[in-house]
Amino acid sequence: MAAVSETPVLETRNLDKRFGGIVAASAISIAIRKGARHALIGPNGAGKTTFVNLLTGMLRPSGGEILLDGAPITHLEPHRRVRLGVARTFQINQLFADLTPIETLGLAVSERHGSGRDWWRIVGSRAGVTQEVGELLERFGLVDVMTERTAILPYGKQRLLEIAVAFACRPRVLLLDEPAAGVPEAERHEILATIAALPADVTVLLIEHDMDIVFSFADRISVLVNGELFVEGPPDEVARDPRVKAVYLGEALDG
Amino acid sequence: MSSKTDTAVTRFLASRARFGPFEIAFWIAAFATIYVLPGRHLILTETAIWGLFALSLDLILGYAGIISLGHAAFFGVGAYAAGLLAKYEIIVEPSIALVCAGLIAAALGFATSFLVLRGSDLTRLMVTLGVSLVCFELANKFADLTGGADGLQGVTMAPILGVYRFDLFGHTAYVYTLVWLFVLFMLARRIVNSPFGLSLKAIKGNALRSSAIGIAVNWRLVAIYTLSAGYAGIAGGLLAQTQAFASLSMLSIERSADALLILIIGGTGYLYGGLIGALIYRLLQDYLSDLTARYWQFWIGLLLIAIVLVGRERIGGWVYFVEKQVAHLFRRPAPSSRAEEGV
Amino acid sequence: MLTILFDGVAYGMLLFVLACGLSVTLGLMNFVNLAHGAFAMAGGYITVVLVNRAGLPFIAGLVLAFFATAAIGIVLERTLYIHVYAKSHLDQVLFTIGLVFMSVAAVDYVMGSSQQFVQIPAALQGQFDVFGVGVGRYRLLIIVICGLLTVALQFVLMATRFGSRLRAAVDDQRVARGLGINVGAVFAVTFAVGSGLAGLGGALGAEILGLDPIFPLKYMIYFLIVVTVGGTSSITGPFLASILLGIGDVAGKYYFPTLGAFVIYTIMIIVLIWRPQGLFARGASR
Repeated sequence: MAAVSETPVLETRNLDKRFGGIVAASAISIAIRKGARHALIGPNGAGKTTFVNLLTGMLRPSGGEILLDGAPITHLEPHRRVRLGVARTFQINQLFADLTPIETLGLAVSERHGSGRDWWRIVGSRAGVTQEVGELLERFGLVDVMTERTAILPYGKQRLLEIAVAFACRPRVLLLDEPAAGVPEAERHEILATIAALPADVTVLLIEHDMDIVFSFADRISVLVNGELFVEGPPDEVARDPRVKAVYLGEALDG
Repeated sequence: MSSKTDTAVTRFLASRARFGPFEIAFWIAAFATIYVLPGRHLILTETAIWGLFALSLDLILGYAGIISLGHAAFFGVGAYAAGLLAKYEIIVEPSIALVCAGLIAAALGFATSFLVLRGSDLTRLMVTLGVSLVCFELANKFADLTGGADGLQGVTMAPILGVYRFDLFGHTAYVYTLVWLFVLFMLARRIVNSPFGLSLKAIKGNALRSSAIGIAVNWRLVAIYTLSAGYAGIAGGLLAQTQAFASLSMLSIERSADALLILIIGGTGYLYGGLIGALIYRLLQDYLSDLTARYWQFWIGLLLIAIVLVGRERIGGWVYFVEKQVAHLFRRPAPSSRAEEGV
Repeated sequence: MLTILFDGVAYGMLLFVLACGLSVTLGLMNFVNLAHGAFAMAGGYITVVLVNRAGLPFIAGLVLAFFATAAIGIVLERTLYIHVYAKSHLDQVLFTIGLVFMSVAAVDYVMGSSQQFVQIPAALQGQFDVFGVGVGRYRLLIIVICGLLTVALQFVLMATRFGSRLRAAVDDQRVARGLGINVGAVFAVTFAVGSGLAGLGGALGAEILGLDPIFPLKYMIYFLIVVTVGGTSSITGPFLASILLGIGDVAGKYYFPTLGAFVIYTIMIIVLIWRPQGLFARGASR
């Protein structure tokens, strides 16, 4: 499956984050190879979202390094990292309430094309952009709501838009922070199917609580507890590990 | 990939920027006033200048969400710049001088834009207020140059493009002002409908998400703040040129508050708010002046309170509702949603 | 130079009494009340009417200014302000600017636009010499009164039940409500006291600051400086900020008369850039 020693597409080395006396992340070293479907799990408050915030640049690490395709991005600002190919979704939707999906995706695509700063032409006058927006709308099942204001969309559609917008950045690494969180049962399958259908060349780091999703999706799992990397390995190994079961006292780990 | 979706996307985006019938009617009426209302040109010139000033404020308030109580700094700087350029005959042709005044104001805007990037709404309010107060004090201090409390005297304007003299009745001044307003408005309209403009709306709506899709938020804000300052500077320059006078009041807090008031009356976030607000303000001023002379500030204060208590979205929503009905009459696509849930 | 220091401290303490209500309002309800200066003006004019026209003693005038303004504050708060708490900061700014416009015009109409002076009793006029330093009697009174008020405020805040409820509500409104604290009542009382203090400050300060209809506009910036530089999480912050501002302003105008208020504004901008939450605030603010 994996090629011989490849540079991991995303790697952290001894990543630390302290808030005063509180240690939110401690010596986290993870290497994610290209095309992986990597899941990050752990009890509440384990530091999973903190880790993602460190990866995306919303938080500055207290120590350690982050490397994208071998090049350090530890001190880059968030928008610069997006340009280099790291995109994320938020646990609670962060969308543009007054914009429509067309505009939201159009914006992300324009930015990626480098024409986000164009002030002299109308949005949508570039065929390449509108084409790509159309493709994204179809891929993420948003065509039927594409001209509605985001604020009035059903939550499931908003969640799909959240993923679509991150995907529109054509990331090398896509960080999904609990993509199915808060989505009503009836709309979940669409989210899961969409995630499963993501192209193979996009590396995905998935944070999830729902073990069904984790085990059906991931080819490698890292377990984070109290800010530290606890266990890492392929799903069946992690599922069998008694320490992991102990940490998750009472939560069903098998499939 | 379906070409049907594609076409729908393109059509939707294009419809946002298309000129609606109201817009066309508005500008036809505006230019018609040159011939239809010759006796009112002086008042209309002032109204147009106020509209342009309020428009400049809309660029940062309605589109980028920056609350400023000191925008008159740029207005006043533009006014003094234009006045001084004319008085000392540094640049004699008014249009070129006006562009320079705008650039000077924009430079000040650029320099101070970094101050408004940080902090809460209140901090920004204070900083913008502080900048305008500093400008006021400086203008006061350098009275030799600016004329201090007496204002800038001795300004004489050369003919526009060497041909059109400023006349006593203000006809030339009005056409001049209206042309500038039109040009700048169309430019602003283009900008807000561009990808850049869309990114500003995004930043205003959710700055976090904006940076998460690769937008360098701070630089965009600097850019629009600078542009807005330039527009305000040109508005001030127009006032100085059409009245051949510049005064400290053009830099005052009252001026900044007036611009805010005018913009709020007309509505933020759709560009026409500044112009419509200026018209309404002017009409109110005429009407109330007949009634109460110097105490009309009282009624304006009351109006402001009423607007806030009723709710700006409800007023804006009502306008939007009326427009939508009329748009249906003309069977054009509905105007873009501009019901703001609060700036 | 000591005279300047003395005058500066007097001015600063006056500013503190004027501005502390604003600081608590902002910290408590996250409400930007630009009309605070109007309450100060109201207190000043009430005292003018009572002392100059009705012949009441000066101290009585001050006391009545406090209570009258507090009453006005309660009425306005319960009828108008309460509808604006939940609105955006822009709406609050617009609303309070509207109030300022109305009050400025109303006072202009009723009292005329010329500057008013309160008739100070003869005992408070002039100076006396302390070790060669000229100590203005009126300014001494200001320092004494404001000092007592500050001590009283600090006492109430730190040592009474109301004070601890207030501090809890400022810290986290939702948690405070959850603990059973009637935040609305706390706020109404605080707003009234804050407005009353502003009124008292306006009355006390009429002699030094000058009282005319544009008082709220002239001095609003000073109050805002006190609040933003001093922060909203304590009384000591605005207190220190007021003293600094008072001394800075008086010294600045004496030593650098041509620069005028320019120095103050520039310092304020620098401070706000460097520490957007205020020089003395603890941690991050809302």
